Amino acid sequence: MSTMTVSYEDATARYEPVIGLETHVELGTRTKMFCGCPTEFGAEPNTHVCPVCLGLPGSLPVANRAAIEATIRIGLALNCTIASWCRFARKNYFYPDMPKNFQISQYDEPLCVDGWLDVLIDGQTVRVGIERVHLEEDTGKTLHLGGATGRIHGATESLVDYNRAGIPLVEIVTKPVPGTGARAPQVARAYVTELREVVRSLGVSDVRMEQGSMRCDVNTSLNRPGEPWGTRTETKNVNSLRSVERAVRSEILRQAALLDEGGRIVQETRHFHEDTGDTRPGRSKETATDYRYFPEPDLVPLAPDPAWVATLRAALPESPRARRDRLQAAWGLSDHDMQSVLNAGALALIETTVAAGTTPEAARKWWLGELSRVANETAADLGTLATPSQVAELQKLIDDGKLTDKLARTVLEGVVSGEGSPAEVMAARGLEVVSDTGALGAAVDEAIAANPDVAAKVRDGKVAAAGVIVGAVMKATRGQADAKTVRELVLARLTG
Amino acid sequence: MSELIHKPAAELAALIAAGEVSSVEVTRAHLDRIAAVDQRVHAFLHVDAEGALAAAADVDARRADGAALGPLAGVPVAVKDVLTTKGVPTTCGSKILEGWRPPYDSTIVTRLRAAGLVILGKTNMDEFAMGSSTEYSAFGPTFNPWDLTRIPGGSGGGSAASLVAYEAPLAIGSDTGGSIRQPGAVTGTVGAKPTYGGTSRYGLVAFSSSLDTPGPCARTVLDAALLHAVIAGHDPADSTSIPAPVPPVVAAARQGATGDLSGVRIGVVREFGGEGAEPGVLAAVREGIEALVKLGAEPVEVSCPHFTYALPAYYLIAPSECSSNLARFDGVRYGLRVGDDGTRSLEEVMSLTREAGFGPEVKRRIMIGTYALSAGYYDAYYGQAQKVRTLITRDFTAAFEQVDVLVAPTTPFVAFPIGSRTSDPYQMYLADLFTIPSNLYGGPAVSVPCGLSEGLPVGLQIMAPTMADDRMYRVAAALETVVPAPVPPGL
Ligand SMILES: [Zn+2]
Repeated sequence: MSTMTVSYEDATARYEPVIGLETHVELGTRTKMFCGCPTEFGAEPNTHVCPVCLGLPGSLPVANRAAIEATIRIGLALNCTIASWCRFARKNYFYPDMPKNFQISQYDEPLCVDGWLDVLIDGQTVRVGIERVHLEEDTGKTLHLGGATGRIHGATESLVDYNRAGIPLVEIVTKPVPGTGARAPQVARAYVTELREVVRSLGVSDVRMEQGSMRCDVNTSLNRPGEPWGTRTETKNVNSLRSVERAVRSEILRQAALLDEGGRIVQETRHFHEDTGDTRPGRSKETATDYRYFPEPDLVPLAPDPAWVATLRAALPESPRARRDRLQAAWGLSDHDMQSVLNAGALALIETTVAAGTTPEAARKWWLGELSRVANETAADLGTLATPSQVAELQKLIDDGKLTDKLARTVLEGVVSGEGSPAEVMAARGLEVVSDTGALGAAVDEAIAANPDVAAKVRDGKVAAAGVIVGAVMKATRGQADAKTVRELVLARLTG
Repeated sequence: MSELIHKPAAELAALIAAGEVSSVEVTRAHLDRIAAVDQRVHAFLHVDAEGALAAAADVDARRADGAALGPLAGVPVAVKDVLTTKGVPTTCGSKILEGWRPPYDSTIVTRLRAAGLVILGKTNMDEFAMGSSTEYSAFGPTFNPWDLTRIPGGSGGGSAASLVAYEAPLAIGSDTGGSIRQPGAVTGTVGAKPTYGGTSRYGLVAFSSSLDTPGPCARTVLDAALLHAVIAGHDPADSTSIPAPVPPVVAAARQGATGDLSGVRIGVVREFGGEGAEPGVLAAVREGIEALVKLGAEPVEVSCPHFTYALPAYYLIAPSECSSNLARFDGVRYGLRVGDDGTRSLEEVMSLTREAGFGPEVKRRIMIGTYALSAGYYDAYYGQAQKVRTLITRDFTAAFEQVDVLVAPTTPFVAFPIGSRTSDPYQMYLADLFTIPSNLYGGPAVSVPCGLSEGLPVGLQIMAPTMADDRMYRVAAALETVVPAPVPPGL
């Protein structure tokens, strides 16, 4: 373990990082990869199981066509070549979350190969090569009790839930990405972000990192400029976009410090620790495992019909990047403003709000303003606070003169706390603008009568003093009057 | 009722269908026979008398209601303990599965039940179907009714012995390297390995997935064909199951029974005619071939040069697949668990369980297979064996351009004395010398009785192209008309 510390700037000045990412995406198919069990998240443990996904003696797998289709679509969206013939393979290792003690995966014959995904870093495009996209089955989940670490070692009891066992899992492996220098952590994060967008746009997974339906392993190595690539480490347990960036950065710092003092990088699996932001070695034994891959004899080879692949290709949705470019142009946003929209996760929300009749400016104002503020304060998902149609309705009430901006904010508060649609909240809380000039006129007359000194000043030409009377009217109408109208009424009475 | 147990299945089915005898009577006769002789034969690991009688009563009731019944309805059948039976113990002849009651039926068993066959129980076998003598059963060997000091073949020795002991008129076996055919040969019964993928493997506890083939065992060729027709056919639960109609095996057996083989070209495999087999076996097989020629068949000598590499290739492929297939037996979810006393790690419990639960031959093959699949050795062993497999397939394809079927001895030697080959694994492996090529190729093959050598049965093997199972039944049935199955001595 190195005791030296280096600054990130120094580390990336002396060493070139090469990164690589392996991302697992749980597919949202209705049934599991090799049996008919449902895939829903959160069921009672061991209720979504059958002889096949429990690996009972004699049971056999049958491949899920929907999962194969989803994988091909991911491959196509990542510009991959789809294999005309490929096979599943067995990956052999003993672990209790794997009912058969082997995982059905793909090895040297993956379904999709050789693609790419472009990501944008500070307005510059970085092309990340895709080595392969393959299909495999997920494992069960283990819970180790009684140990200090929550790991199997030292545990007194282990519980296994096989509901997840056999859920289709797509593994997307990048080619090594060299030449990104100090931006390597950013590139890693941008890649995972973009990949998530791509997979989400295909509708094949909910890609939720916090629920584990998207998981990431990060490979990092360092080399001195001009020298061959260094030994890489694989960092697991990277469960958020922010962690992807932090894990690469932390691994660059660790390796640089070690290399600086003449140390050697060991090829190993490391674990990222969210709390400390550093990586620590896993069991070194894991890297020594020989998985004894061989073609899965229980499954016939997979030979996707080229006509089928062509149909899937033709039906691919617009890519997230093309969609972003299109919307940015349509809304007339600068790169910076567009980035704010993306960072807030508001693209689809604004798009739908605009589709409901709101101007892009107004839609953006609500989602990035008031609603983003609430989302940040309450750590809630922006999309759960209000619906685009509610925002559109709110804006319409303003445009129709029924709400002032200020009143609208109060109405929105009610909408967010679940009191109903903007119109309902407005009615229930009695927030509609008082536009009835008769009622308003009475309020103005009362205010003038109550402030004779001020009224006299205004009559004498000190128009600025009218604010006091306007304020009194606004107070009397609990802010529901339009201040401009009130002012006009006051001036008309006193100077007209 | 004792005469019932000597009748072929086809005849029993006809009697039951005609109402001359009930399925319950037939079933009870066989259960009585099992009770009387199985202590000496040990063909069964588990007898399900209650389940059998209930199934028989059900068939009788349906017949009484006038329901349409299948051609083997009401006939008892013994099932090799490698096929899962819901709620009925399934051990694969291994301590590691002792006490396990599967929660589901294998497809073969489902089809047997649906056709109204009555499952008597589960038959003994070499542990996980690895062996050629049934001596590797963790629950003790089966004894050959021809001579109780000799082996009944293996791995399906229990199924074959149950037929020749008249404990069952029909049995189900599984053939990975000869486990149906070699027991058939040494017990003087008919054992057929269907085309790989012609019968479903769903619920067949895997030994070697790319080779395992469930199939019928019977005392007559027609009975084997009738049983074949019941269990064969596409199964969506088995990805390697062939989505095609079942070859017309019953019609072929009936056609062969007319004794006319004119126009049938039989290829005599040159490589399997000389060394490696006992002279008495070769002589009986020669006479069998002459008998076929007398029935009109045209003999053609064919060369299959790569057949001699079949045995070594098999002993890499089968152990490799088994090393992976048997990994699931670890004491975590079902079956035996050893050493779980709260002080040991999961890894130690898994090791102790596998150490105690597996017998020596299973361990040997797991070790060989683990080694053959290891990084750095894969190409030299598993990869090379797969290439040999391709060459053997080419030999078959080339041969079937010249002939309709191939013939050879089923196994090089007659039933050997118990204990005579267990000390040298290679001597045991030689039992499968002639049966393995068909497994590597995937085509069907049947062993049919072909006289005696030294007073013990010899089997003639007939091999056919994939999905041409009917051809071998035709030739086998024809041979049966002139070389009837030998009658074993009484028990
Ligand atoms: Zn399942």
